[in-house]
Amino acid sequence: MSEEGAPIFELLDVEKIFTITRATGPLKRETLRLPALDGVRLRIKQNTSLALVGESGSGKSTLVRILLGLNEPSNGQALFRGRPIVEARKGLRAPFHRDVAMIYQDARGSLNPRMSVEALIAEPIRHFRLCAEKEIPARVAALLARVGLPADVAKAYPAGLSGGQVRRVAIARALASEPSVLVADEAVSGLDVSTQAQLLNLLADLKRTMGLTLVFITHDLGVASYLCQEIAVLYLGRIVETGPTNDVLNAPAHPYSAALRRAAPAFFEPIAEPLPGEIPSPVNLPPGCRFAGRCPRRQDDCLALDPPLGRVLPGRHAACIHPLTGSPGGPAERGDAAPSNPDAVL
Amino acid sequence: MTALLSVQNLTLHRGSRRILDDVSFDVPKGGTLALVGESGAGKSTIAVALMGLLTRAEASVEGKAILEDTGDLFTLRPRAWTRIRGRRLAMIFQDAGAALDPCYTVGGQIVSTLRRNLGLSRKAARARAVELLESVGIPDAAARLGAYPHELSGGMQQRVMIAIALSGNPALLFADEPTSALDVTIQAQIMRLILDEVRAHGSSCIFVLHDLALASQSCDEVVVLYAGQVMEAGDAKTLLSDPRHPYTALLKSCVLEIGTAELTPPEGSVPSYDAMPAGCRFATRCPNALPRCAGEKPPLVPRDGRNVACWNPVGVPKAEAA
Repeated sequence: MSEEGAPIFELLDVEKIFTITRATGPLKRETLRLPALDGVRLRIKQNTSLALVGESGSGKSTLVRILLGLNEPSNGQALFRGRPIVEARKGLRAPFHRDVAMIYQDARGSLNPRMSVEALIAEPIRHFRLCAEKEIPARVAALLARVGLPADVAKAYPAGLSGGQVRRVAIARALASEPSVLVADEAVSGLDVSTQAQLLNLLADLKRTMGLTLVFITHDLGVASYLCQEIAVLYLGRIVETGPTNDVLNAPAHPYSAALRRAAPAFFEPIAEPLPGEIPSPVNLPPGCRFAGRCPRRQDDCLALDPPLGRVLPGRHAACIHPLTGSPGGPAERGDAAPSNPDAVL
Repeated sequence: MTALLSVQNLTLHRGSRRILDDVSFDVPKGGTLALVGESGAGKSTIAVALMGLLTRAEASVEGKAILEDTGDLFTLRPRAWTRIRGRRLAMIFQDAGAALDPCYTVGGQIVSTLRRNLGLSRKAARARAVELLESVGIPDAAARLGAYPHELSGGMQQRVMIAIALSGNPALLFADEPTSALDVTIQAQIMRLILDEVRAHGSSCIFVLHDLALASQSCDEVVVLYAGQVMEAGDAKTLLSDPRHPYTALLKSCVLEIGTAELTPPEGSVPSYDAMPAGCRFATRCPNALPRCAGEKPPLVPRDGRNVACWNPVGVPKAEAA
């Protein structure tokens, strides 16, 4: 469909600002700007798998809405194969809709309870006119088999299925349009570990055999490490670190990535010293680094300078003046860290 | 260590369905114990039954639960329960947002708990409520007394519930998945808070957890449950570092850590209660299953420093296992 190596998605300094109104008195209200995403740069290449991780409130879901074209960026450009996403998704049968499939966090809620599994999976096949009407049952059966469900599930309704089965149906429905990109929002969270492991193995297998590009939103670093080659760590609407997943998780450069890594439960380790406080509201942020308020390595210059995402090591970027590994990215940094890298700017 | 609570042969039916099948374990005094297993294993049912929150119409309970200085919990009359619940036993629920009453302020809920359980005056209860909120790490505690639950973040709501649970100075605290709705960084804060508070009060704590790694970090003892049966129980380190029961081993192999390259989950899913094998309930999915397993229930017997209920344990030479 596109030349090798060209990015499928490209975000160039994407900003998304929501305006919220809030009552300040009986007859008074004020309008506030809530920057959910701020200066996000991201390239998602064909056949890669990218994990988006971060706490609630970090902007993961807004980022996905931008990728799907459900929200238009307030500033910056969001491109799909070189075209603005909102343009690419115009039209009921635009290739974008076929090419990019989504698995929602609440799989049960994403499926119409009054449609049988067969009708749910057949819907995208019919919509995109992928095959003749009489071949549809065979296609549905093949998709069910592909996601490891028995054939008799076709006649069932979502209410009659277990949590793991419902997720598999959602995956089968997403695969029905033969997409090249699968976007999954917490697709395996809230499940038992054995069900989660079964689904992760399924997704890894689908990715390998169908050549899918995977964008996986998760809060679980273990899931990210198992399924995704690349990782992007978000904090308060910013990408604070990107790179190959296991490199980032084994030797994080950004103190926030390091804190997430430490907080993940590990066998027999004492529970790590937690980060103080909670993710602040993105309304009225102080100047300087957004993480400075909770950062154990904060220094005076962190409160003044808002660090951009810069190269710290080959293939790795972090938005930190005093990174834990590599040399600090971004322009105009000084201080006690290693000397600046001439090609650190993205 | 002596046992604070000794659960003996707890069997629970809901109608014809045997939800808990002969569950026994001891909670050491001043110790922490984790009930682990997947959904439907009966973890929360055990906690709810031990808190006396099941009515006879809902479930029939057999067996004993001997609480030190109180006796068998299952023989208590409703009036006796009101003297124990909140004072000797307290519970932290999974979803703090749902457990707190949305119609009352946080302060009101703590104050009424304190007045009822400890008989404090309104003024004393209010002062104590501020102390409690401070002790669970809520900034600006006095001002937060007037906040409604929805005005607090999930982590703060959970802290409020911990404050309420600890307000009666309970000997035994139940924490039912206290952090599964929270972010990992907040999870670490809350787990440390619960453990610090339990230690400071000299209380014991029963955690209900699905995360084995978290259980290994926070608990002295672990009870592994599957479909209402105890599979393996004992010292957390011994049991989780070198499981004997095939289910524990499989559950452990499903835990994702950074760099996990392979997952080997058990096939299929938990059978329905109507189709449960008469013997070991894990037999239908067990890679080690023998012909006798489905029909004959293995007893929970000591082996290698823990108790295990299995005819064909892992890590044991074949001849010895038989």
